[in-house]
Amino acid sequence: MPSDRHAELLRIEDLHAWYGESHILHGMNLTVHEGEVITLLGRNGSGRTTTLKSILGLVGRRTGSIKLHGQETIHLPTHRIAHVGRLGYCPEERGIYASLNVDENLALPPKLADGGLSIDEIYRMFPNLEERRKSQGSKLSGGEQQMLAIARILRTGATLLLLDEITEGLAPVILRSLDEVIRKLRERGFTIVLVEQNFRFAAPLADRHYVIEHGRVVEQIAADELEEKQEQLNRHLSV
Amino acid sequence: MSMQVILAQALLGLNVGVFYAMLSLGLAVIFGLLNIINFAHGAMYMLGAFVALIGYSLLDDWFGISLQIGFWASLIVAPLFVGILGMIIERTMLKRLYELDHIYGLLLTFGITLILQGLFSNYFNISGTPYPGQPESLSGVVNLSFMYFPTYRLFAIVFSIVVCFATWFVIEHTRLGSRLRAGVENPTLTQAFGLNVPLMITLTFGFGCALAGLAGVLAAPIYSVSPLMGADLIIVVFAVVVIGGMGSIMGAILTGLALGLVEGITKVVYPPAASTVIFFLMVLVLLFRPAGLFGKER
Repeated sequence: MPSDRHAELLRIEDLHAWYGESHILHGMNLTVHEGEVITLLGRNGSGRTTTLKSILGLVGRRTGSIKLHGQETIHLPTHRIAHVGRLGYCPEERGIYASLNVDENLALPPKLADGGLSIDEIYRMFPNLEERRKSQGSKLSGGEQQMLAIARILRTGATLLLLDEITEGLAPVILRSLDEVIRKLRERGFTIVLVEQNFRFAAPLADRHYVIEHGRVVEQIAADELEEKQEQLNRHLSV
Repeated sequence: MSMQVILAQALLGLNVGVFYAMLSLGLAVIFGLLNIINFAHGAMYMLGAFVALIGYSLLDDWFGISLQIGFWASLIVAPLFVGILGMIIERTMLKRLYELDHIYGLLLTFGITLILQGLFSNYFNISGTPYPGQPESLSGVVNLSFMYFPTYRLFAIVFSIVVCFATWFVIEHTRLGSRLRAGVENPTLTQAFGLNVPLMITLTFGFGCALAGLAGVLAAPIYSVSPLMGADLIIVVFAVVVIGGMGSIMGAILTGLALGLVEGITKVVYPPAASTVIFFLMVLVLLFRPAGLFGKER
């Protein structure tokens, strides 16, 4: 578990990213400190998901600098980045493997470091999953899939969690469970980067918010500045 | 026609079926997990048999190495050799074709087949060279009450079935297998989790080729070792994979065994149809169940 809340865990400098010919990120800069929960806010297509994918090396081409735990990762192959950065990734589409059951999905990601949650701890945190542990991924409900997508990265010892649109398409009752899960993870010292459309969900959870437009950060708002900068924020997020 | 004749022919058919099963299993592993139609699979089978033959009787003549690799050692050495060759082919050639249509991989592996066959035809008799290394412990016959069956052939049947089901078990019921299946289903995400998918692909291709090499070693004491032994078999094996369902591991095994039996029994019931019955069944399956008996629609 993280010990120093102020150590810099992720630093992105002048990051540019492309999908084929499309230039998506135009000089992104941001930092995340250990133990923080931050959100990337912005309209659809602003580059929030691409930022997460760029950190993981999942875009066509990247330039600039992405340091994880102080180590430059921009030139590393994708499969090395999770190990160096102790990263856990929960993709927008959840990425549950239909051909694997719940237990297999949970066991799939390799161990990145010591300190991951045990299977028992995971099932205590997500009791619904324990009841479905032999069910194929494709047979789970949307909420169960989302829980599983988060649960499986907690086993690996990842300390920095990249969570992309985890509330999308989920019922309010599931959102309450997710809110509780994020709070528990935060208490346990996990560092979390949330890409979130649902500002009402993200606002009470985050320490800081980065507002992204046209592939770069246009505003940084601390949790205690939210009220005062609400109008500014609405302007950035309104369609 | 007596039951004794049918049982005897069924067992001989099963003996052919285990080779269908081993080869179609390798093809299914490669296609199911990597989406590559490996036409060179028959050449890998041939290569496995030749590695056993050369290792047993030609190392001294050809390379001046006074070493004889016996049958039991060949069961390890030949698949290892063929598997490594497969990995080199995947890393240096096939890897460049993943973004392209299947046909390019098929053409490349077809070309590799022709090169390997041509190379061995240059040095060996096309009509076949007997493999002299069958171990003494597997010579003779076993009394099965309804027939006397060659001990070696019985060994080949049992050994192949064990290998086939062990492979199925690893792919379907182990963590390694679930990682392979995950790498096929969503390679991008699997890499993001920290798994080295390109390495998994190379090793899987090598393993599929090694299975063909292993089948080649097992076939060497039964059939003559010939540069064209793989070419004769590969078309039937492709038909087996299509009937079983492209990419279905269990489908490849069960269909391989069953079609060997069907072919064996057809030899008794209506011999002229024995060599075409599999293709007739393939047409029926393609008409009524295009994804194959065990396959899933993609």
